[in-house]
Amino acid sequence: MDFNTKYTPQTWPEHPEQVTLEGKNKFLGFWLFLGGETVLFASLFATYLALKNKGPSGMEYSTQTLFELPLVFVMTMLLLTSSLTSVYAMYHMKNHNFKGMQTWMAITVLLGLGFLCLEIYEFNHYVHIGFTYGQSAFSSAFFTLVGTHGIHVVIGLVWIILLILRNAKRGFSLYNAPKYYTASLYWHFIDVVWVFIFTVVYLMGVVG
Amino acid sequence: MSHDAQVFVKSQTEFEYSKRKRKEAMRSQITSFAIMIFLTLIAFSAVAAGFSKYYIAPIILLLAAVQVVLQLYYFMHMNEKNHGIAAFFLYTGALFAFTFILTFLTIIWWG
Repeated sequence: MDFNTKYTPQTWPEHPEQVTLEGKNKFLGFWLFLGGETVLFASLFATYLALKNKGPSGMEYSTQTLFELPLVFVMTMLLLTSSLTSVYAMYHMKNHNFKGMQTWMAITVLLGLGFLCLEIYEFNHYVHIGFTYGQSAFSSAFFTLVGTHGIHVVIGLVWIILLILRNAKRGFSLYNAPKYYTASLYWHFIDVVWVFIFTVVYLMGVVG
Repeated sequence: MSHDAQVFVKSQTEFEYSKRKRKEAMRSQITSFAIMIFLTLIAFSAVAAGFSKYYIAPIILLLAAVQVVLQLYYFMHMNEKNHGIAAFFLYTGALFAFTFILTFLTIIWWG
């Protein structure tokens, strides 16, 4: 049975992402990777918490003067919704509805792009008012943490766009199902990290 | 080889049963999404309302933790079978995460 076998909704397996050995390996390897990502972000969060509001004496920038909650709220809603749309995509994958999955993946990309644009706007604004990467220990820690998350968003977007384009004419197979599944796991993980960023960096930053 | 798979043809009953199961899973995912939105709204409005930070900080951290659990168990399917090793990997990462943050904060407070 080669991986170009065409399936119908009746023969499409319950967990198409974990039927083949390749799929099982991807699944396992990807969760190991997510464990590693947790450690990466933990080190950045720890650094940020240690260096929060620390800088040259008389520094005028602080979490309370910098952060604007309405912007962060919109960003949060965009990313949270994009997490749901990729859940929809996986639902359609399990129902063997290729068009449905592609559409919801594309909507996920659009929401992710919206988030990214707002983040670029935000960073641009900070740099404009003098809060640059090298301005203080606080600014470096902030940009490294939030920027690393932003890079993850970029990677996730490029990944999903490539999947959508590469598989556009292929339809479902047990070869590409695990690929979509891991991409959606990655996207959810990006949202998990963002939940901590908006809580620990922005909300607790505004509270002081 | 690594892409080998056995093809099973589901009977109509089996097919409809698994379809219903998927619908149920979808419904609980939508419910958890609604809860996540709700928790986010509470967190933002608690901060916007300007209560004392000693009340707010633990509350919004708790809300974040609940939201992450929903995300992991419903959106990332950790509530399904065969996720033991996935959970092991993730919780090992979380253990490191906890240690890092504890270490860095105690360095700052007691250093």
